[in-house]
Amino acid sequence: MNLTLKIWRQSNAKEQGKMVDYKIANVSPDMSFLEMLDVLNNELIEKGDDPVAFDHDCREGICGMCSLFINGEAHGPDRGITTCQLHMRKFKDGDTIYIEPFRAKAFPVIKDLVVDRTAFDKIQHAGGFISVNTSGNTQDANAIPVPKHDADRAFDAATCIGCGACVATCKNSSAMLFVSAKVSQFALLPQGKVEAADRVLNMVAEMDALGFGNCTNTGACEVECPKGISLENIARMNREYLKASLK
Amino acid sequence: MAKSALLKSSLAKKYWMALTGLFLCLFLVGHLAGNLQLIFGDASAFNEYALFMTTNPAVKVLSYVTYISILFHAIDGIVLTIQNKKARPIGYAKNNAAANSSFSSRNMAILGTLLLVFIVTHMANFWAKMHFAEMPLQKVEVKVEGQEPVLIYKTVQQQAIPVNAVEMGQLEVKGTQFFQPGTDLKVADGYKDLHKITVEFFKNEKTGLIATIAYVLAMVVLGFHLSHGFGSAFQSLGVNNPKYRGCIKGLSFIIAYVIPALFAIIPVYIHFFK
Amino acid sequence: MKLDSKIPQGPLDKKWSEYKNHIKLVNPANKRNIDVIVVGTGLAGGSAAATLAELGYNVKAFCYQDSPRRAHSIAAQGGINASKNYQGDGDSVYRLFYDTVKGGDYRAREANVYRLAEVSENIIDQCVAQGVPFAREYGGLLDNRSFGGVQVSRTFYAKGQTGQQLLLGAYSAMNRQIGRGKIQMYNRHEMLDIVLVDGKARGIIARNLINGEIERHSAHAVVICTGGYGNVFFLSTNAMGSNVTAAWKAHKRGAYFANPCYTQIHPTCIPVTGDHQSKLTLMSESLRNDGRIWVPAKMEDAVAIREGRLKPTQIAEEDRDYYLERRYPSFGNLVPRDVASRAAKERCDAGYGVNATGEAVYLDFASAIERYGKEQARIHHMDENDAKLVYKLGRDVVENKYGNLFQMYEKIVDEDPYTTPMMIYPAVHYTMGGLWVDYNLMSTIEGCYVLGEANFSDHGANRLGASALMQGLADGYFVLPYTIGDYLANDIRTGAIPTDLPEFDAAEKNVRGMIDHLISNNGTHSVDYFHKKLGKIMWDKVGMARNAKGLTEAMAEIAQLREEFYKDVKVSGTNESFNQELEKALRVADYLELGELFAKDALHREESCGGHFREEHQTEDGEAKRDDENFAYVAAWEYKGNPSEAVLHKEDLVYENIKLVTRSYK
Repeated sequence: MNLTLKIWRQSNAKEQGKMVDYKIANVSPDMSFLEMLDVLNNELIEKGDDPVAFDHDCREGICGMCSLFINGEAHGPDRGITTCQLHMRKFKDGDTIYIEPFRAKAFPVIKDLVVDRTAFDKIQHAGGFISVNTSGNTQDANAIPVPKHDADRAFDAATCIGCGACVATCKNSSAMLFVSAKVSQFALLPQGKVEAADRVLNMVAEMDALGFGNCTNTGACEVECPKGISLENIARMNREYLKASLK
Repeated sequence: MAKSALLKSSLAKKYWMALTGLFLCLFLVGHLAGNLQLIFGDASAFNEYALFMTTNPAVKVLSYVTYISILFHAIDGIVLTIQNKKARPIGYAKNNAAANSSFSSRNMAILGTLLLVFIVTHMANFWAKMHFAEMPLQKVEVKVEGQEPVLIYKTVQQQAIPVNAVEMGQLEVKGTQFFQPGTDLKVADGYKDLHKITVEFFKNEKTGLIATIAYVLAMVVLGFHLSHGFGSAFQSLGVNNPKYRGCIKGLSFIIAYVIPALFAIIPVYIHFFK
Repeated sequence: MKLDSKIPQGPLDKKWSEYKNHIKLVNPANKRNIDVIVVGTGLAGGSAAATLAELGYNVKAFCYQDSPRRAHSIAAQGGINASKNYQGDGDSVYRLFYDTVKGGDYRAREANVYRLAEVSENIIDQCVAQGVPFAREYGGLLDNRSFGGVQVSRTFYAKGQTGQQLLLGAYSAMNRQIGRGKIQMYNRHEMLDIVLVDGKARGIIARNLINGEIERHSAHAVVICTGGYGNVFFLSTNAMGSNVTAAWKAHKRGAYFANPCYTQIHPTCIPVTGDHQSKLTLMSESLRNDGRIWVPAKMEDAVAIREGRLKPTQIAEEDRDYYLERRYPSFGNLVPRDVASRAAKERCDAGYGVNATGEAVYLDFASAIERYGKEQARIHHMDENDAKLVYKLGRDVVENKYGNLFQMYEKIVDEDPYTTPMMIYPAVHYTMGGLWVDYNLMSTIEGCYVLGEANFSDHGANRLGASALMQGLADGYFVLPYTIGDYLANDIRTGAIPTDLPEFDAAEKNVRGMIDHLISNNGTHSVDYFHKKLGKIMWDKVGMARNAKGLTEAMAEIAQLREEFYKDVKVSGTNESFNQELEKALRVADYLELGELFAKDALHREESCGGHFREEHQTEDGEAKRDDENFAYVAAWEYKGNPSEAVLHKEDLVYENIKLVTRSYK
């Protein structure tokens, strides 16, 4: 396949960026999207140009490091996958592909397609944990039975990989899906209920302070989320927050 | 913490948006029930309803809540929109948003603004006239067998006030009230003839068709706004889970499609069939 | 220097508790004055950082990713072992200990493994208290499953994402401490050297990956938790950024590197498709419970398949060679990882491999689908001779069990594994070798601790499934917090370590010199070019089967390649910016040294054990032949300026509680 790539280039956080066109030839449909960028970068390096910076690590869809807004969608046109799991067979010979960084005020660009997502960590610092010492001197793991249904839903919420696709996709750059996944995971488990009120208040306050937008329930985040985190989590967080604020 | 949480946080803004929105949906239901009398009732019934709506103390309280809701819903919406725009200073060169969200959900602010414009003109056309303007009072024809029909004013007190009595100066009209001439002695209260105003508004030879079309378009906008807004309110309030989803969807269909459609039928009916 | 493993005296099951009762402690007021650096934030690093901070030490944690949550522990799928015996199937601390030592082909240290088995129960309690959503049964209690190489169900799991959930648990414990200010987190930082003051580890030199700043960080102890070095093969199941740099720099400063040649090649990975390939994807070991592995029995069929003239489904049952079932009738498709991997290689080398590259075998679910389908038909009183119905029912069962894996396979390979057999091939997965540590997890550099996959201690020559997660968390949550206190108790009067010492100057100069050389080199080839070449040498000559000739050649070739690299590598950009090429170059430079030591270790170990298979040392039917008389020791290598000149130190492995026997899966 021969493709035209329109890629956002920006040398650092302070400089202004712009879209730059690249041609790439002989792309195999079996390549992953990132391998296609590897090939492009190798060509750029051998020509003496600056390769395109992009985040990636595990390349198996679980670490959440890869980002990229491809042809107008976070993680590209396929569903239920991260960018590193996107394959070139989803594109056609002659296609033009737009590749942009995840955009949000809270995710400033570091270089090219690499953005700073530490805002997500900061939200977790505000309450994304259960305050239990790591001494191992807790009660036996089977002392508190957890209904399977609750445990499964907590797991579903916990599969969030923190990639930021929800923020990138949301027209308001809202982090609600991300925050609600953590809030839900703990709110559903007996261990997490003790601190549920403080947790949700603190995490939302931090989320707001970091400059994420407001949720307007478009549902785009759920569609683009590589792990299929459900909007129900946002509803649950709204509920938890209301409960907590009325306390 | 808790108090400021209910006023300032992003979630609180959504709660208020949802609550005011849902209240306005309720208002729509009431409003529609009244308006339908333009089709199913006669002028008297409609005008009685109009009078009731403008004078009943309980309705008055509700109407103030409605005004506040509209204002709050609009202002909150503007604040949210500004914040949301700020959250993404640089936009995408290509954004395929249609792949992941509905048209309505992405354009609530625009739809809402159009609705606000509609509400203002709508209120100027009807509400303001009803409240503040001099309006013709409703007259009804009374037929007694074997005699010529007589035109009388319809009054709250069910007192027959013949139109020619007023014309001949036997009674004086101030606003909607009939007085003995030159005195403070009130004889009866008339009905503002909102029915006539409404019918004439949509049947006007020059502007009636435009008004009808504009009204129908406004209802389309309302439909779009509600198709996202109604269900969204439940999500914002945290009442969305698989158990209620079917119920909310059904209600949402009624609120978003049936109600605006019924509203829209009324001017069409008046314009073409009355 | 003589290796002292510092194993406590006394009976095996009392060693750890006795040890804990007699070590020195640091009182809480003094802990506030002590700094600890933790490099890496996977299961080992994350749990260590959180626990040390909670105890009161000032922790500085480093990771090269943009968040500690992304460490590659997150990719572990299957589960975590613990001797809880919740199933009542006879499990015990001793059994877990025994299985682990045997699975490691008797090349692990008894005392460490026993301690690991002992604390395994605490891990599960701890994680549940932290809100890790393990799988549960309908009664609300924890569920278990069985894993390769053992006879009990002791594996706790969270669907196919156990590593993710455990890491997020450790990450949440870290977040609590970061929020309290007890951990200072340095994301996007890479450790490029360790600083020794008076022979003790007192700090590190780290590069801020965003702006290229070279930073000095001091502490009273340095804890290295930077995972394995499988990426020396270029293609592996490791993350792209996984590297040996931190461990290698420590090695160059005096930490011995133990058993570098022990590498686990995982049998069920998605095969390589072409030169563009950057990474291999693992398909969970659990697939071998139901999938049957085969290649064509006739050479002409294999050739026809490779050329695309024949489909696997067209090959008749009698023309298929289910080679694992043929060679190992009693274990069949469930032989341990090392055995399964070698058998696949043997068939492909003989010319029976199946995809275009000739390096793949089939993992076939057709018979599982039929078996489950018939079973379901009987249960629901339907016609079990209706092939279509049986297929549908069976497919549903298989989809329930492995749906997410099948979907992952289909996304990558673009073939439907329900209707055509999967193709798999072994790939580098885990490295049992690592920096040598004593019972306290301290390396041969005083004050430099090594945890998790980065050390060598618990898995011997082969790791069992679901044991890596156990070891990482055991080291970080429950072992290091005790052992490091014993060391730091001597440092309560030391005070903060200044970063303007000449030792820091020297280390920083060293790092800058290396970076300047790479940046200004202006060669002709990208870093990946050299990395791929190294990977090919490693895979061909130091891979699944090794021999003296190949290993000797590999050592020379790697040395040659290293020279070429320094002459001809091209690293674009500058140091003072976000520069991923420079990051890669620094990592590959270290792999180019490690690779040679790796081959040297493999060459010296004249036996076959676990993941290390020497062709010269096999039985007549091609099975591994261990030499306990001459090689029951840990090979710890001391750096002497050139990997080929590394000096061997031996730690004899003494088995007081286990009798050494030959592993057989026939």
